[in-house]
Amino acid sequence: MISESAISNTKSLKKNGSSLQKRETFAAWSFCALPLFFLLLFLVTPFIIAFIISFTDQRLIPNPNLPTQFIALRNFLRLFSSTSFRQALLNTFVFAVVVVPLQTFLALLLAVLVNQKLRFINLFRTIYFSPVVTTMVVVSIIWYFLYNPGEGLINQMISFISFGKLGPYNWLNDTSLALPAIMVLSIWQGVGFQMVIYLAGLQSIPDELYEAGRVDGANVWQQFRYITIPQLRNTTIFVIISTTILAFKLFTQVWVMTKGGPQGAAKTIIVLLYEEGFKMLRVGYASGIGVMFFLIVLAVSLIQRIYLKEERAVI
Amino acid sequence: MTGVDAAVKNSQRFSFKFHKTISKTLNYLLLIIIALFFLFPVVFMFMSSIKNNETQIIRDMSSISAFIPYGELGLKNYFDVFKQMPFGRFMFNSVFIVGSTVLAGLLLNSMIAYALARLRFKGRGLILSFIIALMIIPTEAVVIPLLLMVNRIGWLDSYQVQIVPFIVDAFSIFLFYQFFVGLPKSLDEAAKIDGASPFKIYWKIIVPLSKPAFATVAILQFLVRWGDFLWPLMVTRGYEYRPLPVAIQQFFSQDPKVWGDIFAFASMITIPSLVIFLLFQKWFIRSVASSGIKG
Repeated sequence: MISESAISNTKSLKKNGSSLQKRETFAAWSFCALPLFFLLLFLVTPFIIAFIISFTDQRLIPNPNLPTQFIALRNFLRLFSSTSFRQALLNTFVFAVVVVPLQTFLALLLAVLVNQKLRFINLFRTIYFSPVVTTMVVVSIIWYFLYNPGEGLINQMISFISFGKLGPYNWLNDTSLALPAIMVLSIWQGVGFQMVIYLAGLQSIPDELYEAGRVDGANVWQQFRYITIPQLRNTTIFVIISTTILAFKLFTQVWVMTKGGPQGAAKTIIVLLYEEGFKMLRVGYASGIGVMFFLIVLAVSLIQRIYLKEERAVI
Repeated sequence: MTGVDAAVKNSQRFSFKFHKTISKTLNYLLLIIIALFFLFPVVFMFMSSIKNNETQIIRDMSSISAFIPYGELGLKNYFDVFKQMPFGRFMFNSVFIVGSTVLAGLLLNSMIAYALARLRFKGRGLILSFIIALMIIPTEAVVIPLLLMVNRIGWLDSYQVQIVPFIVDAFSIFLFYQFFVGLPKSLDEAAKIDGASPFKIYWKIIVPLSKPAFATVAILQFLVRWGDFLWPLMVTRGYEYRPLPVAIQQFFSQDPKVWGDIFAFASMITIPSLVIFLLFQKWFIRSVASSGIKG
């Protein structure tokens, strides 16, 4: 019975092969249609519009007396000569250059710590990860209070540790301290995420490698240096790239805590984009900032591709 | 001779054990100090929120007493929050917006990923590379033109403006795709011979087998959407459609700041997401871990 029906099924399959293929194609496109439509409408369209209107003086609420005009590269020329854009670019780069290596290093350190086979180790993993599920706006508000200029807890701790020699600092109102203060809480909130990625990386390293290392007389540090670090290469590249892109998106904590101040000391690319596009309604100019932002992220991603290719060529 | 040997061995064993205990203790000490570093801001928030006396909160902020529940304790600040603003409305908005975005996203993103991973059709490769290319475009780069678009069609200040544009997500599609490609081909071949339609195969075979992928995408999307700030800040005006992050930021930026109320508000946002995290922590950790294995 079963084999008979199977045979007849194969026969009908052969007969209807092309119609089955047609059915599959039809089904596939009906699965893809709606998601593709959404992506085209809400991602590709605004992306193309961003490029187009960055060459115009488009405003959010059009002025009937001043029609939108094509102004070629004037938005970009203005961007490069504007001190606030240069400052935003510099601040964002400084933030990324400090936070990315530091956060990556700390994430690896924490991952090694919580990768030990100890009692309650899951509890520590949970605690280290918990800031990740705390909303950034809330994190910023708590730290705003901790950074209180006079009697704030951070000032008190620093004064206590330095026997009253250091402080009190005016953290968020000091042009040289505002950005570093924001860096600290950003790392505090985000490092648990990369820690878990590193933890997964550590656990995927085969034990035999360490056994071989021990046979060859490698001590703990040598094992870490010559087995763990090279084995985590891909994980590290991924962590660095994703942290870099996140760092370039810096907005929420800055906006909540200082609105980009004092005197633009914590102004970032996205803060500027928001101010120009939303507050000043200069949509064309803000789209130019968006385009620049995209090009930076693209460059970072391309560097990632190159590194990953090299890695594949080596192995 | 043998006695001395044994004594030496014994003392070695003892010192070895002793060293082990010491290093274990130091290890735990380090783990605990780091844990305190990650815990103190949240404990600080929570303790301050249950102190009824505002002057006490300010006085306590510079010392260890900020972490100690003493003085007049209660939920006065929490009631104050409810008196001053429609907190329930904000909570509903956030849950509704995030919930519908994530749920609709699970369906649509997994459907296209299924087609790309398990069906043979012309244009498959093209769509796949198109989606991988789209993963590079950050939302921040397109928010301004998107704002222009939704403004034209009158979507400002609504639920749909916070939901519809974010349902389909290239990275979620990619995560689903990677998982679906890994499932054995024999599964749907057998069903196909029995005459099951592609949708039936998707719904009856692929979806039930892919719970880890669904959990991963749901959790990662939840984390992103729940904390989203820039977009709702631009598209909501009044209380009606405002989600929690924007609501607390607006409350926080009003002067004079009443810290007890602010911390009560912050606690009410934080506690639900912390509880969800603690209930599903294994899944959270797994999801984040699997987000990193790509390329």
